[in-house]
This record gives sequence, C-alpha cells and structure tokens, in this order.
Amino acid sequence: MSPKKILLKFPSGIVEKPLIYHLVKDYDLMVNILKANVNPSKEGSMVMELSGDSPNYDQGLDFLRRQGVIVDRLSEGIVRNIDKCTHCGACTSICPSGALYISRPSMEVIFEDDKCVICGVCLKTCPVKALEPSVNGGNGKQ
Amino acid sequence: MLPAEMPGISGEDVHVGVKKTYAEINEKIKSGKVVVVTAEEIIGMVEEKGVETVAREVDVVTTGTFGPMCSSGAFFNFGHSKPRIKMHRVWMNGIPAYTGIAAVDAYLGVNELPDHDPLNSNHPGEFRYGGGHVIEDLLAGKAIKFEATGYGTDCYPRRKIDTYLTLDDINEAFLFNPRNAYQNYNIAANVSDKTIYTYLGTLKPRMGNAHYCSAGQLSPLLNDPYYKTIGIGTRIFLGGGIGYVSWNGTQHSPCGARGENGVPLGGSGTMAVVGDLKQMKPEWLRGTSFRGYGATMTVGIGIPIPILNEEMVRYVSVKDEDIFAPVVDYSYDYPNCTGKTLASVSYAQLKSGVIEVNGKEVPTAPLSSYVKAKEIAETLKQWISKGDFLLGEPVQTLPSADSGITGKSLIEKSAP
Ligand code: SF4
Ligand code: SF4
Repeated sequence: MSPKKILLKFPSGIVEKPLIYHLVKDYDLMVNILKANVNPSKEGSMVMELSGDSPNYDQGLDFLRRQGVIVDRLSEGIVRNIDKCTHCGACTSICPSGALYISRPSMEVIFEDDKCVICGVCLKTCPVKALEPSVNGGNGKQ
Repeated sequence: MLPAEMPGISGEDVHVGVKKTYAEINEKIKSGKVVVVTAEEIIGMVEEKGVETVAREVDVVTTGTFGPMCSSGAFFNFGHSKPRIKMHRVWMNGIPAYTGIAAVDAYLGVNELPDHDPLNSNHPGEFRYGGGHVIEDLLAGKAIKFEATGYGTDCYPRRKIDTYLTLDDINEAFLFNPRNAYQNYNIAANVSDKTIYTYLGTLKPRMGNAHYCSAGQLSPLLNDPYYKTIGIGTRIFLGGGIGYVSWNGTQHSPCGARGENGVPLGGSGTMAVVGDLKQMKPEWLRGTSFRGYGATMTVGIGIPIPILNEEMVRYVSVKDEDIFAPVVDYSYDYPNCTGKTLASVSYAQLKSGVIEVNGKEVPTAPLSSYVKAKEIAETLKQWISKGDFLLGEPVQTLPSADSGITGKSLIEKSAP
C-alpha cells in the first residue's frame, strides 16, 4: 500500500510514550516523519507518511486512537497556481518544510510538492492566493 | 552629492565627455537605431568596456519593479444616469470609493475594504478582497456590482442606483498613485517572542526571518539616485501600459544619508504616477492581501533612464552589493517610531538568502518579485527598441538631495 500522509495530534501527557516504536514493531508499519512538534509538557503534533498492509494499518491507527491520539488523514494537498504566482517570495521564509524556496540566481520561486507537509501556512500567507488546497492530493509541482 | 561632470574646453588631452539630449535619443528611437539595455545587463558591460565606451554605445537603460504599493488607486467617472444622481456614497463590488468630488466622479483606493469586513477582529484577519482586487477584476474584463446612493437635490433628484459595470462602460478611468516605487526600503525583522503580521509579511519570532521589498539593482530610483532624469512628465511603464510621473510621491524624502555612490541608505525618494487604466493589464496590477494587515495592490513600474552622459552610466551600473538598506524591528521599533535600526546590509546579502544581524544568521525573503521586475525592464526595452515608446523629458525633475525637504512627524497639540 502506498504511503498516506496523516496528522497526529497528541494531548499533553502522552507524548513521552513510545507510540511510534509500537507502530513499527507491533504493527509492522513504515513510518516517515515529515514534521514533528512535540514538547513533553504540552500538546504536540506530527505529520508522517505511514504505510503497511491493510489490516495492520487500520489496527495501528486504532492503537493510536486508544492511546488518546487524534488521527487525521491528510487527503488534501497544496497546489500552486502558476498563472497567479508572482514569484514574490513571501511564502518562502514561512514554509516550514522547504517545499517553497527561491532558486538562485534567477530568484524564481519553486514549489516541491514532495517536501510539502500540508501545514497550510502558505495558504494564508500568499498575498495573491496563488497557493490553493487541492482535494485530490497535490500535483502542482511546477 | 557627486560633482556634475564638466566637459573639457581646450587642450589636446582634455577629456570631452559624452553628451546626448532627449531629442537625439528620441530620433534614434524613431529611426530604429537606439541601443537599449536593462539595468542588469549594463553592469557587466561597464565592467568589460568601461564607462566612456558604454556611454557612447548605450542610449537608454530600462529598470523595473513589481511590489505591493499601498498608496495607489484610480479615479473614475461613471457617467450620468437618467434621472441624475449626485453620488454621495459609492460601492464597487462592495468596496467603498471616495466621493467627495464632483457628482459622478470617485476615487477607489487599493487599501479600501468592504463595510462589514471582519478586519482584525479574528486576528490575524485575511483581508481577501479590497480596492486593488476591484481594479484587477475590472482589468480582467469582469463586470463589477456598482451601487450608489445620493441625498437628492433639485438638480440631482435620484437617491439610489444599482447596476453592473465593466471598464468599457466607464468614461474615464485613470490610475493615480500618490506614492509608488520607494527608492529603497526597510528590511523587516521581529525581535519579539511571538509571530507578527505586518505590511512586510509574516515575521517569525526571535528574528526567524527578515523580509525586504525592492528589486535592488533593477529598481527605478536606485538607478538614478539624484533624479537627474526623472520628474514631471517622465514617460514610464505603469501597470502594463504607459504612464507618467506626475509629481514627487508623498513622503518623498531625498535628503537622508547616502552612500559614496549617491544611493540612499534608507527609504528616501518616491514618485506620484498617473496613467490611463484602460490600457493597463491585470497581470501588472494585482489585488494583494497581507494577513493581519490589510488589502493592497502589487504594481508594476518601469522607468527608462536616458544615458545623457557618463555620469548616468555610473549611476545605472550600480550593483546589489553597493546598495544598502536598514534592518528594522517591526515588533517594537517600527510601531513606536524609535528610529533604531538593527543593521545595514546589502541587496547582494539579502538576495543570497541569509543575512547576519547582531551575530545571528537570519533567513531572508523578498516581497517584491525580481522575476517580474526583470520582465518589466525587458518589456520596456522591447517597446523602446521597436519604436513604440519615446522618452518623455521631464519639465521639472523631482526635488533632490539639495532641496532641504525633510519629513515631519504628527505632533499632538492642544487647541491653538
Ligand atoms: S507568496 Fe504566492 S505569489 Fe509569492 S512566490 Fe509564494 S506562491 Fe508565488
Ligand atoms: S502547506 Fe505550504 S507552507 Fe506548509 S509545507 Fe506545504 S508548501 Fe510549505
């Protein structure tokens, strides 16, 4: 099964538990952490790509839910409307994953879909709304 | 100020400088013999051939900038309805326009927002649609909703009108921007512990990023730092069409500190510009939203600089590494007008993607598109090379470093 992007939200107090270790060991899932914002005393969040065989996959997610983790499947992606983009660069310093960056010396703004962790910050930051959510997963690599 | 160039008068080895007039350059444009290059291309040419040769060879250097310019807007005359109405309030796609002028005239400012916009009530607000977006929609050929109310007079009895308008339905529509193309500008950073939302974008805490907003070596007023060829009547690229410099811009402040090359080390000069909106293009006047700040418009401007002499070659060959701008904290110093700056860095450093401020490496990002600035300079170059665009000789140049102009602050006083 091809990897799916999921967003995990941890209420405070459960961050210390070795949950990801159990996903890998007990459920035989493959984990690729794209972004983690965890702090032992606060609530945290994590975006990861998760893949594995189908009964194990769902059981793994159920295990997380039983531990109090909120699991969201990120079916949406981000696309850049290249006709609207002015290559201003305003999105490049706020994108946490480096998916939006400036190519030098041309100063063109590049969007690398693969690196996007779908945090959504750029949707609100792009001054001309050139970055758009796409419901069927992003393919706007341009 | 640099001394004006003195041509030699006598003697065998006295250097007689290159001299050209606007009329001579315009003749070359008409006969197709003009040589035009961009402010980026000229840099390498001067390094290779020297100032004098380039002054002989090149007639015009084109510049460009494409950035958010808040002090912009357009005047409209909507024509008279039957019966007539004196428009006391006007809304264009729900955005109010200023009507304190004659009956069916109005001015739409690009920062204007709908009457019931949530603004920053749920901070940071989105400001998705404002006056600049209306201008972009009109240029894209869209019909906009037009509403006006009047209080009724004997000569203008009507009290209300609701209709739809396209740009073709409107009599006059001209862009009039009171302050555009700042010569240089602050670099914004945020030293506080929380994210802030400014007209220079979203600034991360503890100097997590720094935003600048200039095309640097391509920017119009940085290529003619003392405005020797720019003034009332200078013909320019404006919003994809042709426009004119009509006055100095508001907050024009030419007397601040300058580097040895004459380039201002901070904000400095500005221009007021005007042009027929009907021949402009939506891709060069873009409605723009700054989260937590407001709506505005991104404006494309390009100025051709005539190479009248060698002095102008020296000015237009300015490079990013020779242009400096101040880094300013927008969490405290800017809002409170302390006048403090954190550092001075060059556009070469800014464009590299990282600057150093007080020992810390700070990632940078622009808000002004260098890609589009280049496209503007290239377009203007083509217009001139093809003979479609003649230079306008200013009837009066902008007030310069010897004008004594300084900006005043607004002081609170009791009634006199
Ligand atoms: S902020 Fe928007 S317009 Fe600017 S470079 Fe990014 S995607 Fe393009
Ligand atoms: S959603 Fe936008 S800001 Fe977030 S990672 Fe993807 S491209 Fe970057």
